[in-house]
Amino acid sequence: MLGKTTALEVQTAEGVSFKVPIASPFSRCLALAIDIAVIIGLTILATTVINILQTIAETVPQIGRILIDFGTGAAIILQFVIATFYGIITEWLWSGQTLGKRIFRLRVIDERGLSLSFKQILIRNIFRLLDMLPSTFYLIGGTSCLLTPKCQRTGDLAAGTLVIRESEVSAPSYNELLEKEENSFSTMPHLEARLRHRTSPDEARIALDAITRRNELQPESRLLLFSQLAKHFREISEFPDEITVGLSDEQYIRNVVDTIFRKVSI
Amino acid sequence: MILDLNSFITREQPYWDELSALLRNYDENGGYRPALEEAKRFYYLYQRTSADLVKLNTFAGEVETTRYLERLVARAYSRLHESGGEKIPLKPLYWLTRTFPSTFRRHWKAFVISFTGFIAGASFGAGALAVDYDLKDQFIPPQFPHLREKPSKRVEREEKQDFDAFQGRHAFSSELMTHNTKVTALLMVSGFLWGIFTLTLLFSNGQILGFVIYDYLRDGQGEFLTAWLLPHGSIEIPAILLGGQAGLMIAHAMFGWGTNLRLRQRFARIRGDLVTLIAGAALLLIWAGIVESFLSQYHAPPFYPWKIGFGLVQLCGLVLYLSLSGRKKPQPQLTN
Repeated sequence: MLGKTTALEVQTAEGVSFKVPIASPFSRCLALAIDIAVIIGLTILATTVINILQTIAETVPQIGRILIDFGTGAAIILQFVIATFYGIITEWLWSGQTLGKRIFRLRVIDERGLSLSFKQILIRNIFRLLDMLPSTFYLIGGTSCLLTPKCQRTGDLAAGTLVIRESEVSAPSYNELLEKEENSFSTMPHLEARLRHRTSPDEARIALDAITRRNELQPESRLLLFSQLAKHFREISEFPDEITVGLSDEQYIRNVVDTIFRKVSI
Repeated sequence: MILDLNSFITREQPYWDELSALLRNYDENGGYRPALEEAKRFYYLYQRTSADLVKLNTFAGEVETTRYLERLVARAYSRLHESGGEKIPLKPLYWLTRTFPSTFRRHWKAFVISFTGFIAGASFGAGALAVDYDLKDQFIPPQFPHLREKPSKRVEREEKQDFDAFQGRHAFSSELMTHNTKVTALLMVSGFLWGIFTLTLLFSNGQILGFVIYDYLRDGQGEFLTAWLLPHGSIEIPAILLGGQAGLMIAHAMFGWGTNLRLRQRFARIRGDLVTLIAGAALLLIWAGIVESFLSQYHAPPFYPWKIGFGLVQLCGLVLYLSLSGRKKPQPQLTN
């Protein structure tokens, strides 16, 4: 993959900038596989229903033959409509999601971070005809995905869209994190003030990240990280031994974070 | 200055949760349009959450909450800002009488190139057959076996057959509609490959028509040919040329001649017109499919003049419709 961009960065008119993660070609392939399965399933279902109706129509005198032929024609049209409009209708109704994309938490958005217009949905789905070439191997679409920085198939390029990853992120609760243990540093507010004064925003951020993400770390890495952080903060703080003795490195950093983030209001 | 993160989250979280709930509701109900008060509240929540994101980025830099707020702001931003405010046209009559024909005329140069490519193919096909008639079997694609047959033999066979108005007609009509719509859409999307494939497809389609026309005229079956092809061809061929027109518009956007706009902007400018042209072509092809199944294949000599007349009227109607419909009347000039 050449010079891939992993996230779409958007700057709003309000001056806020945010990043949206772009979906990988692999997750898009999986979503496509689900969608193809759904299309095949719907086609089989429609054909079966029409076959049943044709069987019933056979028994109708005089017009039975016409009804059977009408059913065959309807089946051909239905297959075409399902294959063509499945993506268009689902992406329109579900704001850029098909069933496959919903399952894999992907969503089509405008490449400026805006919501999709119907024309964009229509164009990107019509271009599927080109993307799936040769035959239905998606070679053109796949190559385009691999070569473009934002992983866009030709349909996305023409419609000005891209597919993003939608992770349901919930707001973390800090009550549980910060109020669980008593902070022994709070007995010395003047030293706490000095610690806050000497800590840069970057250092504070690293300490907070270490606490919030501690459960994601391997035990050895966790010990090593907190030992290094504690060593650093012990050097810049002046808390006496009587309140730090017996504190684990991780508890030390927890106290540091609590001191920095909870005690000062703006 | 570092933010009091805990009290900040405690204070702001209800607003984030409210915004998240609204977004979930909008996601689950695609066509939902909030009332004015709800829309105002939504906008307020979006602004407040945006401000929280800025505060968090500036004073705290906490990753998890920042990520959460980014997602929330991104979703709300996307909801608030429609890309161009386009809606599905709900005025079919207006679209038919104004939008479609005027879009066609606005890009008439692309249509002329599309037409030229097709005619060049037809001329080449007819010319090649005139030079060497043995080429016929090699050039007729396998999906058209009836075209390999000697025209006079086919005419004799077809004219003897009874016309069964229903046997296989619906299925045939459906196949024609879907196949031709796919070909037309392919003509359009292949414009993305700088128009080379679009022109090649137009040329090869024209070439087959050129072969057929030459073959039938050479065999003295001009009347049969006209009565067979004109009723549906007078609509089907222009529809295919519309696909070519749309493809060449895409090719023009790919090249970006005469503009400093970026590819994204060039496509944004023609997107609506592409949808209009392809929708118009699809409508024409549905009609052509019905005519081809139920009228064109009815080969009874007494009806030939009627069929030819029908085809001619249809062609003239289409030409007049595309060239005149929806034209604005010239404004009377003010005089002192």
